[in-house]
Amino acid sequence: MNAQAPVVEMTNISISFPGVKALDGVNFRMFPGEVHSLLGENGAGKSTLIKALTGVYAIDSGPADSGEILLAGNRVSFAGPAQAQNAGISTVYQEVNLLGNLSVAENIMLGREPRRFGGIDWRATRRRAVELLRGLHLDIDPGSLLGSHSLAVQQLVAIARAIDVNAKVLILDEPTSSLDADEVAELFRVIRELKAEGVAILFVSHFLDQVYEISDRLTVLRNGKLVGEYRTAEILRLDLVQKMIGKELAILDALERRIVEPGGGEDDEVPLLAATALGRKGSIAPVDLRVYTGEVVGLAGLLGSGRTELARILSGIDRPDSGELVIDGTPHRFRTPRSALARGVAYSSENRRAEGIVEDLTVRDNIVLALQADRGWFHPISRKRRDELAVSYIQALNIRPANPDAIVRNLSGGNQQKVLLARWLAVAPRLLILDEPTRGIDVGAKAEIQKLVVNLAENGMSVLFISAELEEVLRLSSRIAIMRDRRLVADIVNDDLTVDSLLAIIADGELTAVER
Amino acid sequence: MNRMFSSRLFWPVVMLLVLFTINLVAFPGFFSLEVKNGHLFGSLVDIARNGAPTLIIAVGMTLVIATRGIDLSVGAVCAIAGAVACSIILGSPEPGSIGTVAVAVIAALLIALVLGLWNGFLVAVLGIQPIIATLILMTAGRGAAMLITEGQILTVNSPPFKVIGSGFVLGIPVSVVIAAVIFAAAALLTRRTALGLLIESVGINPEASRQAGVRSRGLLITVYTFSAFAAAIAGLILTSNQTAADANNTGLFIELDAILAVVIGGTSLAGGRYSLLGTLVGALVIQTLVTTVYTVGIPPIATMVFKAAVVTAVCLLQSPTTNATFGRWRRSLGRGRPGTRTAERASVS
Repeated sequence: MNAQAPVVEMTNISISFPGVKALDGVNFRMFPGEVHSLLGENGAGKSTLIKALTGVYAIDSGPADSGEILLAGNRVSFAGPAQAQNAGISTVYQEVNLLGNLSVAENIMLGREPRRFGGIDWRATRRRAVELLRGLHLDIDPGSLLGSHSLAVQQLVAIARAIDVNAKVLILDEPTSSLDADEVAELFRVIRELKAEGVAILFVSHFLDQVYEISDRLTVLRNGKLVGEYRTAEILRLDLVQKMIGKELAILDALERRIVEPGGGEDDEVPLLAATALGRKGSIAPVDLRVYTGEVVGLAGLLGSGRTELARILSGIDRPDSGELVIDGTPHRFRTPRSALARGVAYSSENRRAEGIVEDLTVRDNIVLALQADRGWFHPISRKRRDELAVSYIQALNIRPANPDAIVRNLSGGNQQKVLLARWLAVAPRLLILDEPTRGIDVGAKAEIQKLVVNLAENGMSVLFISAELEEVLRLSSRIAIMRDRRLVADIVNDDLTVDSLLAIIADGELTAVER
Repeated sequence: MNRMFSSRLFWPVVMLLVLFTINLVAFPGFFSLEVKNGHLFGSLVDIARNGAPTLIIAVGMTLVIATRGIDLSVGAVCAIAGAVACSIILGSPEPGSIGTVAVAVIAALLIALVLGLWNGFLVAVLGIQPIIATLILMTAGRGAAMLITEGQILTVNSPPFKVIGSGFVLGIPVSVVIAAVIFAAAALLTRRTALGLLIESVGINPEASRQAGVRSRGLLITVYTFSAFAAAIAGLILTSNQTAADANNTGLFIELDAILAVVIGGTSLAGGRYSLLGTLVGALVIQTLVTTVYTVGIPPIATMVFKAAVVTAVCLLQSPTTNATFGRWRRSLGRGRPGTRTAERASVS
């Protein structure tokens, strides 16, 4: 394969943002007909490299930005994503950015509809869309609304759209993060077909199994610098992870089975939180759940099983319409998140951008926000105290860049997550509900957050830990509650549970294909 | 610090300086200040005095806009406040007594507070879009003012009332002092407390703020009430200055000037981070423009077009696209400072 000339060759790429050097002299190349994985922690510079390649960042626009991009041997300089796309570089982003209220065909052809008599030739548009869908073996009605299809189908539609423009290079940014095992298999089939046609595919994923399954070669970035380029078959997984996080895996190993003592051992102990028949019509069936002081309770279940819905009711975001909630022996009715926070129940949303961070504020302001809201506007936290809080959480959670004045928008996903965590820790809640705190973030940050959860529980905080990753739930929880089809189906002590036994409960006896 | 200053206030300040220069060329005595009868006089004083109502309203508007809202009703509130005050003064047996004027002013301000609460209620409790919610009062308010004045222009002859719009205290126009107090009060109230942070947070991400325990409902009601309060003060100044309440014309289109002042000052209509200092510069730019029209001798019929041209220029200069283009020019001329991308640029992600 090396005999071939690379289709993409990026040399010495450097890109800076205020206070952050996102890429520092990185080299990157891709050959036709290969699947190339781009790996690194959050903040390593993966997204920035992709955006440089796709013309979102013009690398000649800033004095601190430099580098050279060769596409099929010719030097290119894109003024925007549209130019990059016309040159044959197509991207499918992590969040499907298509229009749910338009038809599948319209989405595929949007902006490139065949013209006829000065208007859109709808028949040709439809025909072309059908061809593209057929190429992906996707049997759906091109006239149906995109929003009516599953996320996986939408992802494939996005790919259909991307390959229509004679793509030489197809970039898939976290394409599998919301797909189930069958859907991933379907996506990989399409990737292999495209590869056979000579398309170079850049695959970005946090799932290492998938990286090993699909990619021929991989490039590892760390802190904006190139670590190296490797053949997937020639690098051990352990070595790879080590190269990504740049330190020994000891922290991960140390975490193994470091489970907090199960709480609620004594029968007379009053639970911190006790929900009895707590439910909400159209959301979840009545739930009984107890959380004791200082324990980590895992909440597992498939996407859409009602995990988040339960968390939102417990934390006052949605109101229950049945049952009761008792905190410390006193019944409470949370009407707002504020009233839940006042009782020491904090909820960290799974939807970091929409419901978590306040993007345009600084790290400092984001960290103190909940604490300040609790005190009311008339009792401002002093500048000195705010600085102390910010600096101490930046250190404790290893937030990068370590700058309280950095605008949170410019931080990587994992660091934004840490800022959000810091906000909740600053109010010292008694029960912290963490909804997918490690989703979409890298191995290193993940381990740090897991370690933090263990430490918090050791210090007497209760944690309700929601995650789609069962290993993580198993590793951290002393007890695991399992939701299925919007009802709580099990609440069991985690002594000799395994991923398989959990899966059996989640699937309720059905044998499902296990992704990992 | 330096970077923030240049990105937000640089062009409005440049524009203000350019306008000053034009005035200075056309009228060499532009910067001269003199004291007559113990009162400060001069073109700059005129700009400050005539710009005071716009500035006062723009301060309230800044906070409203920071919450992602807008208040179109301020002009109508001006008219109502003036109408209420004047009708009370006219209905009193002693229009010239300080007590009467005090009652009139307090009544006008109280009514404005009610109107502000109404706007806040529509936006924060009923969840109506701010532009629609305040449009209701914008149209209905003029009608209400007409009812109060019974369709007449109420001319008052009350020396204490006249002081508000045309009096002096320690040689400085009263209206300028009032504007300074409102500006300082707003700045202290939002920046010395956590009000500013919470307002910005609600403006940037309402749902995240709610989950963090921010009481956005109370915040919204507060800013709309403050906006109406400020509008009433501006209305009193305008009415006092004209010694008459004109339900149709008092504060007409002042909401547009106020919104312009906020935008020129660099606060985004999309809400979030706001700059009161920027609003101050914006209000001065707008008022200086009006003055320039007179000093340079532009025919009054062309005033609006001239104003539009300047506003367009400022907005163009502030746009991220233009900034990027300027940046490229600067670099291609080889004088590029080793700076970093602006926040706007980075926000493409």
